[in-house]
Amino acid sequence: MASLHYYELMTETSLHSSINFHNLQELRHSASLANKVFIQRDYTDGTVCKFQTKFPSELDSRIERTLFEDTVKTLNNYYAEAEKIGGQSYLEGCLACLTVYLIFLCIETRYEKVLKKISRYIQEQNEKVYAPRGLLITDPIERGMRVIEISVYEDRGSSGSSSGSSTTSSSGR
Amino acid sequence: MSAVMITRKVTRKWEKLPGKNTFCCDGRVMMARQKGVFYLTLFLIVGTCSLFFAFECPYLAVHLSPAIPVFAVLLFVFVVAMLLRTSFSDPGVLPRALPEEANFIEMEIEAANGNVMAGQRPPPRIKNVQINNQIVKLKYCYTCKIFRPPRASHCSICDNCVDRFDHHCPWVGNCVGKRNYRYFYLFTLSLSLLTIYIFAFNIVHVVLRSVDSGFMNTLKETPGTVLEVLVCFFTLWSVVGLTGFHTYLISLNQTTNEDIKGSWSGKNRVQNPYSHKNFIKNCCEVLCGPTYPSVLDRRGVMLEDSTRPTPSDASAASTYKSTNPVSQTTKSSAPLIPNEHTPEEAKPSIGAGTQKSTSSPKEEKPPSPTSPNAVAPAVIKESAH
Repeated sequence: MASLHYYELMTETSLHSSINFHNLQELRHSASLANKVFIQRDYTDGTVCKFQTKFPSELDSRIERTLFEDTVKTLNNYYAEAEKIGGQSYLEGCLACLTVYLIFLCIETRYEKVLKKISRYIQEQNEKVYAPRGLLITDPIERGMRVIEISVYEDRGSSGSSSGSSTTSSSGR
Repeated sequence: MSAVMITRKVTRKWEKLPGKNTFCCDGRVMMARQKGVFYLTLFLIVGTCSLFFAFECPYLAVHLSPAIPVFAVLLFVFVVAMLLRTSFSDPGVLPRALPEEANFIEMEIEAANGNVMAGQRPPPRIKNVQINNQIVKLKYCYTCKIFRPPRASHCSICDNCVDRFDHHCPWVGNCVGKRNYRYFYLFTLSLSLLTIYIFAFNIVHVVLRSVDSGFMNTLKETPGTVLEVLVCFFTLWSVVGLTGFHTYLISLNQTTNEDIKGSWSGKNRVQNPYSHKNFIKNCCEVLCGPTYPSVLDRRGVMLEDSTRPTPSDASAASTYKSTNPVSQTTKSSAPLIPNEHTPEEAKPSIGAGTQKSTSSPKEEKPPSPTSPNAVAPAVIKESAH
């Protein structure tokens, strides 16, 4: 099992119906971290949480542009849903104020619910799309909602590849 | 695996957070370092209300209405709850950039600045972004090593960048920022109401009692009245004024910081891009907006041996865990994930030793020999505050 190339391991485990967490751990153990790419925030609409959909050049050879853009756009939609100022947020605010904010000891805020959805989505994307390509997305909340950190992994077997920001010479494919 | 149970003390992340905050209740409570004025505030509120309940309320409940003390109790509970909520919560602190992110930003800055001639000062680290068709400048924070998001500012007392920074309030013992601004406003508003309420009913009580027993006798029977009236009189002017000021700020969707700096005032300057130009909409956004989560994760468990002084090796083995993200902080002086970088990578050596108080780590960077000399004084200067 340890001698299996990690890409083969990814495709093999992803075919199984029960996708568990351990295939990502295998990614960590059999591959080495080559680089990290940071997707910055997009402030053109104000201070709402939104990330730039501009495709970074370092990922050019690793993942298709449309997949990446889909991921970022879905995340942006989730955050927009969490921060939407409308009827539900007013209701939540007024109810909380009337109960001196003690109600938050019992119920979850809408933002927290959406954050859980985001975390599940990122884990699913990592398992299905990014880990097979040797990439890993870190949930933005772990980086202060400032960046989406994408870790680029390289197979340990091809350690002779050139360093620097581009990791194109991976022989694993 | 050894059969012996290794008892290790669980280290929570709040213990390793940089910045000058104090934490209580195992990370649940977060305040500034100087709490003296906060205790004074609490003492004044609780003391004055106790005097009111002891001296005035029995008389007023009998002679006027029992609803008076009941409403006073409700108002008092609300005031104290809002005060505690403002003081104990995370105002919206932005965590510092981890070394890789800091390096990434450094590289972006250098790419944008181009070649700096030896002896010349590099241009200031500013990013221009367009927000709602206005150009806003984002400044670089040398302490936190990030470009501050719009409306964020660095509090020198707490040594943190705070999102939508309003001001640091010593009365509350904490910064006022995005997450606790509404509680702060509700605190000042309810405190104004409470002060006016107590002041008014003190006067009513003195008048009513004087009719029966005479003015001097009234003061002798209820000595607390004098004290209450004094406290309320001085509090009224300051707190009501403050509430009015913040109501004005909320209606314009501005922060105290922006108002003081005059960011959006003046003809040649940028108009406030965050305002909805509608008083109701601005109020609703600030007071009834979503409740933002804390991004600090104070109570997360740090996975490290309590015997190890630096978290570098243990944290390297746990880079991707859903419950505990990377635990390297800027205080760690050990190299970052040394086992994982390929030997040719020059980056880890740059990431090492990003303590703000040590000599600049930028000297190790190969490409631009001129910039470290210019950057190093800036880094050290920033850490001196």
